[in-house]
Amino acid sequence: MILIVAEHSAGKLAKSTLEMVTAARDSGREGPVTVLVLGQNVAPIATEAAAVADQVLVADLPVLATYNAEAWAAATTQIAGEGEAHTVIIGGSRSGREFAPRVAVKLDAPYLEDATSLKANGAALQAQRYTYLARVTETVEAEGPVVVVTVKPGSFEAAAPAGEAGEQYDVELTLPASRVEVTGRSVEKSSRVALTEADVIVTGGRGVGNAENFSKYVEGLADALGAGVGATRAVVDAGWRPYAEQVGQTGKTVQPGAYIALGVSGAVQHLSGMGKSKNIIAINKDAEAPIFKVADYGIVGDINEIVPALIEASKR
Amino acid sequence: MNILTLIRQVPDAEARVKINSQAVDLDGTTLVMDGMDEYGVEEALRLREGGAPIEQIIALAIGPKRNEDALRTALAMGVDRAIHVETDEKFDAVTLSKVVAQVAQAENVQLILVGGQEADWDSQALGAASAERLGWPQLTWTNELKLDGGTLTGRHDVDDGNESFRAELPAVVSTQQGLNEPRYPTLPNIMKAKKKELRKDDAASYGLQNRVRTVNAEIQTRARRNTMIDGKDPQAAAARLLELLRSEAKVIA
Repeated sequence: MILIVAEHSAGKLAKSTLEMVTAARDSGREGPVTVLVLGQNVAPIATEAAAVADQVLVADLPVLATYNAEAWAAATTQIAGEGEAHTVIIGGSRSGREFAPRVAVKLDAPYLEDATSLKANGAALQAQRYTYLARVTETVEAEGPVVVVTVKPGSFEAAAPAGEAGEQYDVELTLPASRVEVTGRSVEKSSRVALTEADVIVTGGRGVGNAENFSKYVEGLADALGAGVGATRAVVDAGWRPYAEQVGQTGKTVQPGAYIALGVSGAVQHLSGMGKSKNIIAINKDAEAPIFKVADYGIVGDINEIVPALIEASKR
Repeated sequence: MNILTLIRQVPDAEARVKINSQAVDLDGTTLVMDGMDEYGVEEALRLREGGAPIEQIIALAIGPKRNEDALRTALAMGVDRAIHVETDEKFDAVTLSKVVAQVAQAENVQLILVGGQEADWDSQALGAASAERLGWPQLTWTNELKLDGGTLTGRHDVDDGNESFRAELPAVVSTQQGLNEPRYPTLPNIMKAKKKELRKDDAASYGLQNRVRTVNAEIQTRARRNTMIDGKDPQAAAARLLELLRSEAKVIA
């Protein structure tokens, strides 16, 4: 079977899980597409998953109430072993890429990390992935009784419900306690759509001027378009915006339908996080800014004038 | 206790990457110690300077001969000695974690510091896989770290924000920006570093077997429209952009 570890938050299945289902179905690997839901009080999530999967395995346990790498790795390994999974698919989120290598070591399996495509090549599983700050696309492959894969968010279409809902089964697990004690949590809540799920992202760079302008222009345009808000490293380092909004090598990687960059110069480290966006729109007063080289649409002009006009026009 | 810092030597971010015979060719490319790994070296030095009872800080690199340069940089920053497992073969991160685990055990290491995501293979797997092989916990994407006796405390980023944590050594910590500002090696320290031990190990002695084959590599760039809109008349530019986004790109309603 193909085993997918569901990603979910706040009681809802994440879009990335639906993307993993598509990756599994399109891979050409055989067997039922099985989604494993780990957590506590996850019945609604399991039902959502059943709409797109052949079967759903549910581990509803207090010890799984919050994510931790050791428990998630142990749970996934046990289920993969019992179900004789030949392919284990895990999300390419920060947490997914944290526990997936542990699963690979436990299963003594090869690991294909952060795949943007997936297909069977005889006995091997072949994947594409970005390397060298996303400047190179490499094709890699591995084979074994079982292969562990993480899938880059935004690389596959979300699976839509089709036909009958898959059966749900409860599973028993013996899990280790985490040796990392969480002593505090700061969840960066936003009323806006999450960056990794947003179809449109408005990002501000140093060229926006200051924190006040960032709110006015970047957040203003994002709200007008129903978009997520991103920031460059320079903006985060300057303290204008929280780290959770940072896009780039050391922040989040995004591939929205439209990436609107306001006052962003376009350093390589930033491009590595957003360069695969389907459409890139750049507004910058510096005509020489490297961002224009990768832009689909560019406006050389003053953000103070153009963005208010954009906000106004988009309301019409 | 001893600390192990893992080091990769990667192209400078501004360097051009080229492809030769379907593989990345780094000949003639400016190579530097991965910036993410620099945070790890710096943090090890700071933990010792902060009074933690650290006997030795050891830098480990696995890769071709040119990795010596990155190790010399680490030695010049202040690590005590270096180990170079020399190989021209390109191993995947999970396979390389076998070397890390064996070296950590042989060198009586209690803490491993490694960059959060390496700038060559864009992987986050080396730290986590090493932790699993050793049976240790891991803290990834750490931007604040303290060591008190055998207890680590600090803060790190998670999917939807950040967490403060406490964990007992031994552990693996992956680093990122914000953790510290790495120091530059001074000339006297560069001279001193030449006398420090840089041990060469034979990769064959670690029993590595590559599990991931690279089939192809290419510079793949999406063709961009590069449609420029005159920004002199802001209202007209805004209207034109929205029209293009609606009718041509079809990305907004």
